[in-house]
Amino acid sequence: MPFFGFKGGIHPDYNKSSTSGKPTETLPVRVGDKFYLPLSQHIGAPAKPVAAKNQQVKTGELVAEAGGFISAAIHSPVNGKIVSISHVVHPMAGRMEGIVIEADETNDNYEPVSDEGSFQQIIQRAGITGMGGATFPTHVKLSPPKEVDTLLINGAECEPYLTCDHRIMLEEPLKVIKGAVLIKEKLNIKNLIIGIEKNKPDAIQLFKRYGREYGFELVPLYVKYPQGGEKQLIKSCLNRVVPEGKLPVEVGVIVHNVGTAAAVYEAFYERKPLFERIVTVTGAVVTPKNLRVRMGTPILSLIEACGGFLGVPKKIVMGGPMMGMAVTSVETPVMKGTSGIVVYREEDMPDLTKYPCIRCGRCVDACPMLLVPSIMDRFVKREMYEELEQHHVLNCIECGCCSYVCPSRRTLVGGFKTSKRHIMQIIKERGAKNA
Amino acid sequence: MTAAVLTMAVTGFIAGLGLMYASKKFHVEKDGRIAAVNDMLPAANCGGCGYPGCGALAEAIVAGKAPVNACPVCSREMVQQIAEYLGITVESGVKKVARVRCGGGCENAVEKYNYYGPRDCHSIVLLSGGNKLCTFGCVGEGSCVKACGFDAMHMGKNGIPVVNAEKCCACGLCVRACPRNLITLIPEDKPIVVNCMSKDKGPEVKKACSVGCIGCKMCEKKCPVGAIDVDSFLAKIDPSVCNVCGECAAVCPTKAIGNYTK
Repeated sequence: MPFFGFKGGIHPDYNKSSTSGKPTETLPVRVGDKFYLPLSQHIGAPAKPVAAKNQQVKTGELVAEAGGFISAAIHSPVNGKIVSISHVVHPMAGRMEGIVIEADETNDNYEPVSDEGSFQQIIQRAGITGMGGATFPTHVKLSPPKEVDTLLINGAECEPYLTCDHRIMLEEPLKVIKGAVLIKEKLNIKNLIIGIEKNKPDAIQLFKRYGREYGFELVPLYVKYPQGGEKQLIKSCLNRVVPEGKLPVEVGVIVHNVGTAAAVYEAFYERKPLFERIVTVTGAVVTPKNLRVRMGTPILSLIEACGGFLGVPKKIVMGGPMMGMAVTSVETPVMKGTSGIVVYREEDMPDLTKYPCIRCGRCVDACPMLLVPSIMDRFVKREMYEELEQHHVLNCIECGCCSYVCPSRRTLVGGFKTSKRHIMQIIKERGAKNA
Repeated sequence: MTAAVLTMAVTGFIAGLGLMYASKKFHVEKDGRIAAVNDMLPAANCGGCGYPGCGALAEAIVAGKAPVNACPVCSREMVQQIAEYLGITVESGVKKVARVRCGGGCENAVEKYNYYGPRDCHSIVLLSGGNKLCTFGCVGEGSCVKACGFDAMHMGKNGIPVVNAEKCCACGLCVRACPRNLITLIPEDKPIVVNCMSKDKGPEVKKACSVGCIGCKMCEKKCPVGAIDVDSFLAKIDPSVCNVCGECAAVCPTKAIGNYTK
């Protein structure tokens, strides 16, 4: 399979070596541990709690059902008791309605999800969302409105520091491959492509062995951020361009992360709901590790399992350093989309002093969506949202390449992120006026 | 010489005839009152009425599509003047003032993190629900101050915008600019306002802010006219019932009720 590549992108320091060689360890559940489950761990409507306070729940038991079609169910990660249904810390919203469960028994058994209904219904019941970070409910992606000819499995893991997908590919290659083949067969998709970045040669070697047996094509990807972005990956592997404002289905492709493929396998063959995931804990911690943790574990437990902080922490990022969110409390729980915890000290932080734009155009070269961040930033400053819309700011994937390369350290992507919200509001008002 | 003058005169005459015909043929009947009403409007073009500018509102008023007092900036006298000109009677409305319903400045509210991103309230709100522990309160980046077209809002010392009631025209631009919907237009003669929008339970509010409404219902019990209603741990004053006695502001244990009486 040829490799086409995409325009733009950057080459940050990947810093993956501290965890990429380490096998995944399981974080043990202790009696008395509390697990915090926000009702909105995914994109779409928040889940609706179906369990009551003081109710005894088992591992894998449904505690909140999907609040709509674009929504995902939430399952208890432990055997325990629901202590309260109140506010829990959430990295995006600050605080949010959630379920708190206290573990009173430790075992590895779980309540299986029932196998009634269609493939999509089983996946929906298992509460599976995209495991790469965007947390789009998987069953929605598995119900394409158009014909799909290619299933792309995303093993790029282009975010610096993170190695959780790398470890899944090394430790459970058959789960990933069988999960992918399962999706391919259930949806009658012709081609299956697995893309892995070349900085994971061991994973590429391993997957090469299974290629003929399971009938997929392996594409070793050039190492560049954001190679794992959905639209970039499609351009790189298939040379197809997703039209503006459309989903990959438009060009006959669906993309799933390797972690999602493994979760689909577990849900279908092992009847296992999504209640644990692999998280890379790295940066300024004593021993960086890949940990298999239950959903809802506060990140402090993860950091303690890695020997605690190294030095004085200044900033903790949930997800990768490029697209992750800074957390404001160590009580923030691990959620379905938490791929990593990166800790920074004062001395790891870059100088954040802002200078005026010198119009060097590096951001224009770096933008993988072919936008013009330098000009858009001037519109952001003047709050000229209609002009921004004409400059296609809604196409921005918020990858942060522009801010990364900016020699004046301008907060480009931050401004676009806010502007996108403003423009969505304007479009909504426009629609209401025309209706 | 004579030929040139004659040519010019004849050409001018013919062109004049053409113009005369065009002005008769394409004449648009325009209501003369629109221009007059437009002159009476404040010409601020703030958009507070919901129309693109004063001209568009003048058209709408004359056409009867908008009420005479649609302009929030007009004083009562100006509205009266327009109403008299158009021969309509208008109920005299009370002047309203924007009130920022949060008292949690940097001295009172607990902060969660140092913020480095774009200086805009909407940006801060996207990150972990604002830089303060309270997810209802003012984040203090001044999007409302920037939106105000009448120089009536300024950032106070403690990071909460302060409204100059004299200059405020109640156009509502700040109301729309606030990502938290903290700003409410309240009649100027009812200056007792609950300066909190937190719907959290008392202990949670206490942890986050020293001047938040904890929903203790002291004000509700104390109010002689029953204007206060505590709903989901937040006191609400009904301005149409309030008699401005100030009892609630005096009794509030966290000083969450502000008294703007001059």
